Amino acid sequence: MAKVAKSLNEIKSFPKQTRIALRNCGLIDPSNIDEYIARDGYFALGDILKNKSPKDVVNEIKESGLRGRGGGGFPTGLKWELTAKEKSDRKYIICNADEGDPGAFMDRSILEGDPHSVLEAMAIAGYAIGANQGYVYVRIEYPRAIKRLKAAIKQAREYELLGENIFGSGFSFNIDLRLGAGAFVCGEETALIASIEGERGMSRNKPPYPAQKGLWGYPTCINNVETLANVSAIFNMGAKEFAKIGTENSKGTKVFALAGNINNIGLIEVPMGTTLREIVYDIGDGIDGGKAFKAVQTGGPSGGVITEEHLDTPIDYESLKEIGSMMGSGGMIILDEDDDMVKISKFYLDFTQDESCGKCTPCRIGTKRLYETLEKLIDMNGTPEDLEMLEYLAKSVQKTSLCGLGQSAPNPVLSTLKYFRDEYEAYANRTKRTAYFIEEDVCIGCTKCAQVCPVDCIEGEVKKPHVIDPEECIACGACYDVCPVDAILKP
Amino acid sequence: MKSLEELKKIKDKTKKKTNTEKDTSLTRILVGMSTCGISAGAKPVFDEFNTLIKDKELKDISVTSVGCLGECSIEPMVEVYQNDKRYTYCEVNKEKAQKIFDEHIVNGNVVEDYLIGQYRK
Ligand SMILES: Cc1cc2nc3c(=O)[nH]c(=O)nc-3n(C[C@H](O)[C@H](O)[C@H](O)COP(=O)(O)O)c2cc1C
Ligand code: SF4
Ligand code: SF4
Ligand code: SF4
Repeated sequence: MAKVAKSLNEIKSFPKQTRIALRNCGLIDPSNIDEYIARDGYFALGDILKNKSPKDVVNEIKESGLRGRGGGGFPTGLKWELTAKEKSDRKYIICNADEGDPGAFMDRSILEGDPHSVLEAMAIAGYAIGANQGYVYVRIEYPRAIKRLKAAIKQAREYELLGENIFGSGFSFNIDLRLGAGAFVCGEETALIASIEGERGMSRNKPPYPAQKGLWGYPTCINNVETLANVSAIFNMGAKEFAKIGTENSKGTKVFALAGNINNIGLIEVPMGTTLREIVYDIGDGIDGGKAFKAVQTGGPSGGVITEEHLDTPIDYESLKEIGSMMGSGGMIILDEDDDMVKISKFYLDFTQDESCGKCTPCRIGTKRLYETLEKLIDMNGTPEDLEMLEYLAKSVQKTSLCGLGQSAPNPVLSTLKYFRDEYEAYANRTKRTAYFIEEDVCIGCTKCAQVCPVDCIEGEVKKPHVIDPEECIACGACYDVCPVDAILKP
Repeated sequence: MKSLEELKKIKDKTKKKTNTEKDTSLTRILVGMSTCGISAGAKPVFDEFNTLIKDKELKDISVTSVGCLGECSIEPMVEVYQNDKRYTYCEVNKEKAQKIFDEHIVNGNVVEDYLIGQYRK
């Protein structure tokens, strides 16, 4: 027998991963600041406050090539520079820990496993842009993350790593938490700001951008949890070293939450440029139950599907956009041959129409109509005209919505339409089979299927072809599993 | 914190207690206790190790709750660090924790059946 792997770093997929944002997760006690310090925590902040100007800090982040991990991929150094440039006696830095994408838990893991990496980065960002106050906006549905953040802030204050005159540099910085109720739209930066201000979480027009007029009208820099978790690591390893990881325009690593029908469900961190095939087959160890791969859904309700033909695409912001999906914040759902793409679309539209803040008409009414059209198709009440309308409406909502929620809500529909149009047509033309079906010329009449069918809807004589009554079939799949000659087709 | 020297002192002091330093006589038991680990049942495992250590009055051994290592589907995960050796145990429950404690921690015999190699290639 081969030697069994003793530890995590001995398993086959381990060398494919590079842990920067997750460097401390699972290795240190998040409730003990000393353990973070033992792994070089707060040394970057100390060195910066002692030896570097705010401009140096901005330039190093620019040089690292770090881009926003919250979905948009905006260059972080540029965002800091834009906020630094604004003249104002008050500025803010906000950490976006809303993480509303269903199925994603990258940010939660960082906050629970290594909260100080985020706090240190916020202080560094504060110094770079000239802010003395930071807020972490975190959803109340993350009680453990909130608890650990609170404890971490308290310890950092006790050590005077937050507060007045940090490292005797004259720089003062404080961080407080702001709790959100868990609305998807509150992850959008202008809605998030409105929520902190005590208003309803609704998006606002841009411009002005938060960098110019953000929280309470002051220049504000908003960064995602994972983006921030990279910051002190960049200073510790050097911007040049960091920039060696990844592709031409996407540097460093990305954390993904692997979910759906894949053997190794979990959290991974891979260098940009890793292919989807490596993620699905090497790290994820392929599809559960030996089924055929169908697609990967990335970017959650704002993203789209990636099919077999694009599995060798290297992960980076631009290449994923080119094939009609997006990096998103890092949710990755693996779909297999049995997944119905029209139903997947409906799932996401159900989510977005519910989460729409209702401020603008295209999104408020458009997403609802998109959802209803999908429902109509799935209920076999649709027509080819409905399909045309679906596509037209999806494009209109995309073009005319006020904020990113509405603008991206039709993506799951449009991308599945692009790659799996036949599935939509089967519904629209009402040729979609909803029941299992026996191929007459393959069936040997062994009667096995009839014996297991829980609703007794399979008829046939011994050694003669059997038939399933499609009206009665509940699509349980029991017959499919027992047929010795694979005569039964799935719906 | 006024200086980097002060920070370094904390680092050096803590290094001895963490796995950042290899040649230490300390055995560290790490239990993954993020939301994923706890919902998979990590809390009773964590408590069990603490009780066992107290009962046996063992020294040079620590139990620490840590964040998630990413392998959410085979949690609760327990890692044992001894010098430069690292062992990852998966799907640990109270009974398995007792066995790991008796056989590995006390007697020095690694419990192969629960090692990550049984769960991951
Ligand atoms: C509907 C919607 C939801 C969003 N949700 C999040 C979120 O949960 N977390 C996040 O960091 N960014 C989210 N964003 C992106 C933010 O608006 C913003 O771009 C990001 O926080 C900027 O940080 P980054 O540059 O570090 O990525 C969302 C955007 C939209 C349009
Ligand atoms: S697009 Fe949707 S979420 Fe955004 S402002 Fe309009 S209604 Fe609100
Ligand atoms: S799928 Fe289930 S209900 Fe349908 S025919 Fe087969 S066994 Fe009967
Ligand atoms: S199990 Fe297959 S071969 Fe046997 S009767 Fe049913 S369909 Fe025909």
